[in-house]
Amino acid sequence: MTVTAPPVVPATGRNVSSGAGGSRVGRSGPVAWMVLPALVLFVVFGVVPLIGVVVLSFTQWDGLGPIHANGFANWRSVLSDPQTWHSVLVTFEIMILSWAVQTPMSLLLGTFLAGRQRYRAFLAVLYFIPLLLSSAAIAITYKALLDPNFGLGAGLHIGFLTQDWLGKSNLAIAVVIFIVSWQFIPFHSLIYQGGVRQIPTTMYEAASIDGAGRIRQFFSITVPQLKYTIITSSTLMVVGSLTFFDLIFVLTAGGPGDATRVLALDMYKRGFMSNQMGPASVIASIIVLLGLVLALLLRRLGGSTTASQQEGA
Amino acid sequence: MTTSRRTFLGFVGGGALAAGLAACGSSGPKSTPGSTAGAAAGSGTTYWFLTGQPQQAIREAQVKRFNDANSSTKIKTTEFQNDAFKAKIKTAIGAGQGPTLIWGWGGGGLKAYVEAGQVEDLTDWFNQQTDLKNSIFPSAFTAATVNGKLYAVPGETVTPIVLFYDKRSFEKIGAEPPQSWGDIMDLVPKFNAKGIAPFSLGGQSRWTNMMWLEFLFDRIGGSEVFQNIYDGKKDGWSDPSALKALDEMQKLIKANGFIKGFSSITADSNADQALLYTGKAAMMLHGAWTYGNMKTAGKDFVTGGHLGYMNFPPVDGGKGDPTDTVGNPGQYMSISSKASQGDKDTAKKFIANNTLDDATVDAWVKSGNIPVVKSAKDKLASISDKNDAEWLNFVYDTAANAKNFAQSWDQALSPTQAETLLDNIAKLFQLSISPQQFADNMNAVIGQ
Repeated sequence: MTVTAPPVVPATGRNVSSGAGGSRVGRSGPVAWMVLPALVLFVVFGVVPLIGVVVLSFTQWDGLGPIHANGFANWRSVLSDPQTWHSVLVTFEIMILSWAVQTPMSLLLGTFLAGRQRYRAFLAVLYFIPLLLSSAAIAITYKALLDPNFGLGAGLHIGFLTQDWLGKSNLAIAVVIFIVSWQFIPFHSLIYQGGVRQIPTTMYEAASIDGAGRIRQFFSITVPQLKYTIITSSTLMVVGSLTFFDLIFVLTAGGPGDATRVLALDMYKRGFMSNQMGPASVIASIIVLLGLVLALLLRRLGGSTTASQQEGA
Repeated sequence: MTTSRRTFLGFVGGGALAAGLAACGSSGPKSTPGSTAGAAAGSGTTYWFLTGQPQQAIREAQVKRFNDANSSTKIKTTEFQNDAFKAKIKTAIGAGQGPTLIWGWGGGGLKAYVEAGQVEDLTDWFNQQTDLKNSIFPSAFTAATVNGKLYAVPGETVTPIVLFYDKRSFEKIGAEPPQSWGDIMDLVPKFNAKGIAPFSLGGQSRWTNMMWLEFLFDRIGGSEVFQNIYDGKKDGWSDPSALKALDEMQKLIKANGFIKGFSSITADSNADQALLYTGKAAMMLHGAWTYGNMKTAGKDFVTGGHLGYMNFPPVDGGKGDPTDTVGNPGQYMSISSKASQGDKDTAKKFIANNTLDDATVDAWVKSGNIPVVKSAKDKLASISDKNDAEWLNFVYDTAANAKNFAQSWDQALSPTQAETLLDNIAKLFQLSISPQQFADNMNAVIGQ
């Protein structure tokens, strides 16, 4: 077990990617050709619609009549609309809180599951089940369970559970964060489980000889060694939470009021319910920009050195 | 539109499975032989409409009767599921590829077609169809009229919003059904004291809350308050009557008039109806379309004669006519202005002879609906079920006697205004904005 986890960001990563379209093509010809199908798909279904959305954000269109260019009017109106900033705020609130709930729990669960005993494999399967359900199905189920009149609390006569869960702003956000965590902790646990299994056992053996207990080992070896796993998992959580839509749409439809109206929902409502494609495109562009910025920030946070992954570091 | 909204919400909220099954049943638009979906103007008379029983079968029978009688000018039909239809018809009309006969909900959607010059002005032609014109409820024409001209012919069924109540709950507190808004406010503490919620409400669906405002606006300020808003009159939402209505609404909410947790209850799961028929709530303001479900799902609630219903009571000192009602005054058929003259003539002939003919009216009544014609009354005598007969008579009288039958606001207004309205109504019911803030937010989008 001297092999370390492959670095997430290779030291030369930047040069490789920037050279892909240039001089390196000649040297790695066959390999470069292999990305062509994926590249074509990406351009057709990723880049072209993206350009379309950016173009639409500078136009006025109700989806029925002709499209009129209207310059920066949509951007001005959307950026000066308090609703937009409320949605940004809600999005970040859900993003940060769900990250804060999911990361420690996934880390602990992943570390626990990385053990080799047979029953842990069984538990791992059990824990994994929520991820197999579709968000819409989860939302419908929880909505039924949380119903103040016909739900779990009313059925079992448990006073605490008979709250107006989705009818009060703070409770509704808490419920969304809980369900998101319930749904995605299995996935992130799996990532952490893989990460923990990559840590050389010799490090733990050495620590035991030095007299470090389990807790000390966890904080001094496991967590530092999982640095890149944490960054990967966090990136997925953060960028993923920008696109939360189905769960919230079915569960609260942005309500009560606009307490859970995240950016993706705001975009949908403007575009397909109000027939304002221009402003909706502005929101879509903002989501893309936010996602890029956050992903880059998290990458920066990870740095480009692989030092901490080295054995004995 | 009732069906559409419920189908849509049903899909979103609880009926994903049902929608999936429905999709399997009719994968893609279904066309009659020889027709092509999205037929261009000039390639024969085309008619697009919605699937879903019992409406679908009645529409199919209408076309069959027409085609049997006019073999040289047959109408080709294409049937769509609700959501597919809404998306397709808008783009098709915008691209000049729409059908000759456009099925729709009138109101804000129709206005958009008119402004884009896509539908035929039917005023003069329809004035000549005196028999048909006189047979239809006058209240159904409002949603078909834009700038004083008729662009669509009302058809199909009428579904007003009704105040339902549970007779058993009223017996428990020893009270009579409310005769005025004051009675309603007086009943609230009495029901609450007995542990019965005064009103059931599926507040998360938002349009459910809207029905309350529709009635309060009408009863307090009369029908012209909303008409001014619809006509785009500046500051229409801050009319003193409107502000009073909004204020009364919040008073009822603050007095715990609605069931605890109403803002997390949705109408698409029919939980609001369940609250009424299980005795948890005493009253419910809802569409006439809920009768069928309460009858099937509510055990003996309807069949045992426990369901009571009435038109929304007047507000003391209010200007509105207490016979007025709101809801869906009908469904509508327009003719594409891009169609050839021949196709237009065929379409007109179809509308005149087959949309509200005797056979159609019969079929609607048999399916438990009141068609938008006065002659529906004659058919009611033949209904054997006592509860159904009483109910259909009530719906008929409500619709026929209404001085003004206001179309649901979210359909009457443009989609942009409607969405802003629903958002603000949700906040008003949450008590997170004041009546004045509500009026200001809505005034900002008038005319959009």
